[in-house]
Amino acid sequence: MNIDHSILTIITFVPLAGAILLAFLPDRDKIQQWAALAVTLVTFLLTLHLPFHYDYAAKGFQFEQNFGWISSPAIRYHMGVDGLSMWLVVLTGLLAPLGVLISWRAIDSRRRLFYSLFLLQQVAMLGIFVSLDLFLYYAFWELSLVPMALLIATFGRTENRRRAAIKFFLYAFIPSAILLVAIVWLYVKTGSFDLPVLAQLAATHGISSNSAALWLASIAFLVAFAVKVPIFPLHGWLCDAVSEAPTAAVMVLAGKLGLYSILRFSFAIFPAESHRIAPLMISLGAIGIVYGALIALVQNDLKRLAAFGTLGHVSVVVLGIFTFTIAGLDGGIFQILNEGLGGGALFMLLGLLYERYQTYDMRDYGGLAQKFPWMVTMFVLTTLSVVGLPMLNGFVGEFLVFSGSMQSTIAHHVGWTVLATTGVILTASYMLWMVQRVFYGELNRRTASVAAFDLDAREHAALWPLVALFLLMGIASPYWTRAIDTAGAQIADTVHQVITVNSEAAAQTPKGGQR
Amino acid sequence: MSGLSPNILGLLPEYILTLTGILIMLATPLLPPASGRKLLGWIAIAGTAAAGIASYFQIQLGTIHAFFNTIQVDAFSAFFHILIAAVVVVTLLSSLDYFEGNDTHAGEYYALVLFGATGMMLMTCSVELLMVFIGLEISSISTYIMAGFRKGQATGTESSIKYFLLGSFATAFFLYGIALAFGATGSTSIYAIAQGLTTTATPTMAFLALAMIIIGLGFKVSAAPFHVWTPDVYQGAPAPVVGLMSTAPKAAAFAVLLRITFTGFPTYQHRWSILLWILAALSMTIGNLGALLQRDVKRMLAYSSIAHAGYLLVAFTAFPQDGIAAACFYTAAYAAMNVGAFAVITQVAGYDENLRTIDDYTGLALKRPGLAAILTFFLLSLIGIPFTGGFFGKFYVFTAAITSGHVWLAVIGLLNSGVACFYYLRLLSAVYTRPATDSDRLIPRRPVSIPAAIGLALAAFSTLFLGIVPDAALRLAEYASSTTRIEQARQQCASQPANCHVEPGADIH
Repeated sequence: MNIDHSILTIITFVPLAGAILLAFLPDRDKIQQWAALAVTLVTFLLTLHLPFHYDYAAKGFQFEQNFGWISSPAIRYHMGVDGLSMWLVVLTGLLAPLGVLISWRAIDSRRRLFYSLFLLQQVAMLGIFVSLDLFLYYAFWELSLVPMALLIATFGRTENRRRAAIKFFLYAFIPSAILLVAIVWLYVKTGSFDLPVLAQLAATHGISSNSAALWLASIAFLVAFAVKVPIFPLHGWLCDAVSEAPTAAVMVLAGKLGLYSILRFSFAIFPAESHRIAPLMISLGAIGIVYGALIALVQNDLKRLAAFGTLGHVSVVVLGIFTFTIAGLDGGIFQILNEGLGGGALFMLLGLLYERYQTYDMRDYGGLAQKFPWMVTMFVLTTLSVVGLPMLNGFVGEFLVFSGSMQSTIAHHVGWTVLATTGVILTASYMLWMVQRVFYGELNRRTASVAAFDLDAREHAALWPLVALFLLMGIASPYWTRAIDTAGAQIADTVHQVITVNSEAAAQTPKGGQR
Repeated sequence: MSGLSPNILGLLPEYILTLTGILIMLATPLLPPASGRKLLGWIAIAGTAAAGIASYFQIQLGTIHAFFNTIQVDAFSAFFHILIAAVVVVTLLSSLDYFEGNDTHAGEYYALVLFGATGMMLMTCSVELLMVFIGLEISSISTYIMAGFRKGQATGTESSIKYFLLGSFATAFFLYGIALAFGATGSTSIYAIAQGLTTTATPTMAFLALAMIIIGLGFKVSAAPFHVWTPDVYQGAPAPVVGLMSTAPKAAAFAVLLRITFTGFPTYQHRWSILLWILAALSMTIGNLGALLQRDVKRMLAYSSIAHAGYLLVAFTAFPQDGIAAACFYTAAYAAMNVGAFAVITQVAGYDENLRTIDDYTGLALKRPGLAAILTFFLLSLIGIPFTGGFFGKFYVFTAAITSGHVWLAVIGLLNSGVACFYYLRLLSAVYTRPATDSDRLIPRRPVSIPAAIGLALAAFSTLFLGIVPDAALRLAEYASSTTRIEQARQQCASQPANCHVEPGADIH
């Protein structure tokens, strides 16, 4: 039997088997850590099967598995990846063992609970990326909230953790409930939950003739995803959740799930509506970039700084994908990967600092460069990647996004692009300022008084893969973009076709001039 | 087996339960008080299981009419019979050790549970309103007594008296409705009422009759605004009894409501569906908002059960073909997760209920990780997280509503389910929080007994099963709903052959 047809199922459910295994293993010595590391490494190796057996010339979904699960309503077990989701699956696979390594010492009690929840979170995320049946997707989407909320509630840093967990859950759950209404409405109209079927219908305007209802449904989709991203101004949960959650959870908290869902579902099922709302989303993206950077600039708390930084970075993606140009879409998708890697590395480094000094307050730090030569190297490399220095990965993504948004035919956006570009400078300011305050200058009295070590072998093992990828993805970006490109081109084509048909139907100006 | 008279065959599960109950009553004084109680419990469990199996075989026999057509045993009633039997078995399993040290009246308890179950089962297979009333009374009276079973505690007595007074009041409404229905249509048989409605000279009176009946049953299922008794009664009653009375009698009452509305008053659907729309929206909203304010776990779950009654009522506003099946499925899923949640509370809180408020549950996961995990699972199902029965229950109900055009009711419902997570999560996060002081000293260390573990496993397995392969249960629910509709059409044919349009044997089994 060809493994290609079941590889996605295996990838998704290996962590589940691992979580069950962990629940039965004793919670002493380092048994839980080693077991979790083994499970996540196996999962990661399995995800590597995808890029090596992927047909880069082909369009559409690969490694598909598709059979009926529930007959009434017609729910299918349909999984598959394309250029959009393949690297996200690999990224999710990669971040998991690193997350385990970074939690090795930070989580020193109730490890069984921690790693079981961590693996469950992994199942939900992988499931989200590979599900092509809306219902199956929704099941994983909802499931992804539970382990995360429990991780925050149980392993949060301060007394505020329960509030943060509930806030996170409610922010995500309530729009998801409305999303379910929209999904069921789609099903009632079309008789299918299957994404390819729905996308086909959407391209031919076959979902519903009631444009008001379609519009509402598209908003329901978009809002549910936008909260999860988060897109300004729906980011209220982010800061609390980030500052409470343990490092391994923060690394996967924001960004990719919501952004992927917009690209996959909103754009495929509601192309015309997405195009219609694009000017608003572009402006929100630009505002998010500047707003996130400005707020980050005045933070003293490292984690809050990184949280608002994250808001800025995901806003770059929003700006890129809503231009509906190939460059913008490619850059956006590439930037999702960058955010996963760069944000992950940044939060890991902050976690390491916290492990050593028990504080996230920047005023307690200073002059650490003399004590931690390795750590400062990693920190600076991560910073340079995040601010988009040429030769590193961040530059590729940001360049594509901004050039795409300049080319875009969506009216009244150039000003927004200009505004967004200033965000690059602001990002560089707060990141570099942070590096300066933490690592250079006088050795702070508090940090001087605590004996601490530079990175040990385990921490090197956790950080090097990411830093190596910054460089690799910066100089050999085509290796990644060739898969992404087919996905980006397909989205752009679909949307433009639908828009052209629409505007021709209105017997008005061709695409671009339309408002 | 089919050689037996339908009068015996049709009520076989009820007979088994009654006889077992009487046997227990007779054996109670004969057995030694300390060791004999458990034996009685096992007898009760065996009897209930036998009744459930008997119901299962009734499905194979097709529709049975008995006692001058006042009883109609079909797949629909068998579905609810099995459900009630399963709930009772789980309740009994988890209460076997509950009375340890306080077991003077344990024998009566087991007998009362069985008598109550008899009444509930009778309700689901009656197609004659007076018979429904008799079943309702049998089940209510035993639950009134069980609510006050811990006689030493003031809240228990309060719970019992409150339940009794308000319950009698509601039953009076129900009886009044029957009288009005008789006045309007000349019959108290559900099928005859359906025919009488087409020719009645007093349609207002007929509708008033239905409204009264809905009030009476609304009380039993604790739908807002007839819900005020619920929190007080649940708070005072023993935990296993609450597990039982928040699920089984409600399932029976919903079965009756389904029969009366969809079969008895089908031509009035445009009217009663508005009533139930309002009832559903109110119950969901009041239930969830009320639960937000509660600190006591049992009161919180009481309000949550009001909200769940609201979700279930949403199914009534849908078209019959989807609505009935969705309601059946939801009832099953709700019963599994709620009886499970109360079984955990029974284990954790014990007879004296040391743990009352949410804060008392702080640190449960540290001391009792297994129980905490299983409680988490039930709470997630109550929230409606995927891969649990609660999720598919909500999904089917709201799909049915949206298919029938009630998109806004679905929006209200799902927004409510968002509010609902808040209070379930508050309990959950307390369970997983490390206690600051020694506040977890209340959590008992004694291990879960084997029968209780079996009961918990049964409830958890059912919840998981309904969440991963809902197909089997849904098909049974659809089959159940189709039999009632086929029977309805057949009865219609018998009286008015002119407009007969039913294809015989059209079932989906």
